[in-house]
Amino acid sequence: MAIWFARLSVDRWRLSLGREARGCEEGEGADALPTVLITETAHGPRIEAANAAGHASGARPGMMLADARTVCPDIQTAPADPAGDLDFLEKLALWSQRWGPWSALDPPDGVLVDITAAAHLFGGERRLLADVEAAFARRKLMTRAAIAPTAGAAWALAHYGPARAILAQQESGAQRLADLPAAALRLDTDVLTILRRLGLKRLGDLANIAAGAINREEAAARDAIHRRFRNRKSPSANPLIRLDQLLGRVPEPLLPVVPQHAPMVQRRVIEPIRHRSLLDQVLADLARDMVRELEGRGEGARRLELGMWRVDGEVQVRTLELASATREASHITRLFADRLEGVDAGFGIETVRLHASWAEPLALSQGDVEQAAERHGTSLNALIDRLSVRLGAQAVRRPVPFASHLPERAQRWQPPMEPPPVPPPGTQASAPVCERPIKLLDRAEPIAVLYASPDGLPQRFRWRGNVYEVMRVEGPERIAPEWWRERSTARLRDYYRIEDSEGRRYWIYRHGLDGDGRGGAPDWYLQGIFA
Amino acid sequence: MPDTQTSSGAKALQTYSAPSRLKVGGAARLSADEMVSLSKAREGRWQPGLADQPLHSEIFASAGDGSGVGVALALARDALKLSGENTDHIADAHDGRQVLWVQDSRAAQRSGRPYAQGFPEELRERLIYAEAKAVEDVLFALEEGLRCRDLACVIGEVSGNPRALDFTASRRLSLTAEKHGVPLWLVRLDAAPELSSARMRWRAGCAPSLRPLLNRDAPGAPAWKAELFRARSHAPGEWILSNDDGRLQARRRGFKQAANTQNHGDMVRPTFGRSLAAFSRA
Repeated sequence: MAIWFARLSVDRWRLSLGREARGCEEGEGADALPTVLITETAHGPRIEAANAAGHASGARPGMMLADARTVCPDIQTAPADPAGDLDFLEKLALWSQRWGPWSALDPPDGVLVDITAAAHLFGGERRLLADVEAAFARRKLMTRAAIAPTAGAAWALAHYGPARAILAQQESGAQRLADLPAAALRLDTDVLTILRRLGLKRLGDLANIAAGAINREEAAARDAIHRRFRNRKSPSANPLIRLDQLLGRVPEPLLPVVPQHAPMVQRRVIEPIRHRSLLDQVLADLARDMVRELEGRGEGARRLELGMWRVDGEVQVRTLELASATREASHITRLFADRLEGVDAGFGIETVRLHASWAEPLALSQGDVEQAAERHGTSLNALIDRLSVRLGAQAVRRPVPFASHLPERAQRWQPPMEPPPVPPPGTQASAPVCERPIKLLDRAEPIAVLYASPDGLPQRFRWRGNVYEVMRVEGPERIAPEWWRERSTARLRDYYRIEDSEGRRYWIYRHGLDGDGRGGAPDWYLQGIFA
Repeated sequence: MPDTQTSSGAKALQTYSAPSRLKVGGAARLSADEMVSLSKAREGRWQPGLADQPLHSEIFASAGDGSGVGVALALARDALKLSGENTDHIADAHDGRQVLWVQDSRAAQRSGRPYAQGFPEELRERLIYAEAKAVEDVLFALEEGLRCRDLACVIGEVSGNPRALDFTASRRLSLTAEKHGVPLWLVRLDAAPELSSARMRWRAGCAPSLRPLLNRDAPGAPAWKAELFRARSHAPGEWILSNDDGRLQARRRGFKQAANTQNHGDMVRPTFGRSLAAFSRA
């Protein structure tokens, strides 16, 4: 069943007026004046919708307000609210589940309800439609509803068919719907333009062509239309797919509206809390309640928000993100205890609310088997949570390889519990052939090097005020600049593994070559320390 | 045998309660021959691959070279290899537990951050790195790491002698490590060995690396001077450690330099200066 709220935004605007003016009926009060709902565009205000009086005086959706003003100078305006309309439509979709097990949104102004095997509960399809119309009439919403075997056919009948149209299962959809305009196929406007230019105005025209060829001309026309829309994969851009959906030849998946409730627990206290110990107690109670709530739903919390309402009208919020879904009261309490350090109680906190805004499925597990292990220590997830809360989320991380030749770029950091990145196919193995140092300095430190020749091996260098005699050296390992992302003046690096007289091993490089035309004499840097 | 030996010394030995991890509980009285074997084991020098691995070690090293980290990693790998062999012969061919690496900011700045590509193959993907500004936070992270049952070991780096890392703090770490059985190697960079409850305390420095066979002018497999200057169950001593062919090797200092050659799989090891007797002595 498709329900079309023919004038959803205008009805919503009227109802919002009505609450103040106590019953603004259709065509009365403010609604009696020609009124349009407008949005601001780059070319000035444009009309989104018009009420009945406005429509009568010549205003049409899509017109510019200035054009409408010339037609009807005393036109009234109100701002349109598409987001609010969608929100309202979502509520209507949920409310429509009174007639069927599930419903789907059909933006901007429709709702689809699945009433398969449910119509007899309302005394047949005809009475069901009457009930729908009466129910929405009581809410002062103008609706058109239709029932058909497929969502596409129901939509077409609701928008372009006769009032309260019912297409029964055994009827041929192609015949009943043949007279409807091509717009009943839920197509984009540019596709409608193409169809109009091709002379395909009714569904029947298109269906005859698409279904089968009777003579050569029609076969040629069918081939032409197939070719025309061959590359259009999206249903709303391809009339042939839409036609098949309408006739039930291909399935049309719909996204049902499912109400979601985030788990929330709260405590109101008689005497406002001003001390930390009491707050801790309340927090422990809330965590226990939350765990019970989550357990019932088979979920674990990933993000928790703790709101504290103060007597003097302030709200303090502390949020907590967890490395994995958790349902352990003591863990939650402990993590929040660190976050509650700077809470200003003011004249006291009267309401504390714990809200799990992000929860993930977490299966119930048997506690006993792991009991010994739990006594033995915490889990890795708990460790990461505790470290991130105390040290900050950026401080706890894991090194992962990255496809780059430059040593400092070849390692990246990511949150520890995330899966390691999969190297794109075709990249080489990340481990380089040459040995790499175990420690890399954050920034390569300049050193003064004594060498026999500018391109030769280093002999002695000074770093952090000490002089190091180079006893053994291996190199150079030349790492060229990454020309695809660096400037053309970036210099290459010649890396040397060196060992000094005491056995200390370092990774140093010469930045550039003498006479490479990218700067003066090359500098030397110490970048890494070998174990 | 106990009846014939009734000297006062033997009596004292019999009633001596050993502060040992071998038998737990106050009632652990050792008989004389047990004591003798134990003291022999105690007298025995430290060597790689000992079953009785300490759970809290400190390594003092300079921030300007990689010896502290090198020795810590070498000891940790030695211990992990051993525990891997002991626990499960079939299934535990690959130990996938994580290694927590904690640094304070000053240590990160002075001696660099861990670079995964330079790590041994088996540790590369098991590293979790945590950096903390204050030493108190480092201690917190270390203690939390020791409590975690999913960690293979914890390696910490602390620069200097901060006030927060006193005897009480190190005792906390020792107790936590021993309660949960997660080993800790704490690298102290540029620090004076103050009072601490670590079970083994090392002083590490660099040593000339092993000579590779192919390019004898290049630095080879790393070697470190390691001095065990305080340990509960071992006599102090000084070794040259190296991590040749995947196993920790220890030589007493003053050994012939000729043996100081890297082992290259299928190539013939030069045997001059390293007789069988010398081998057994080592």
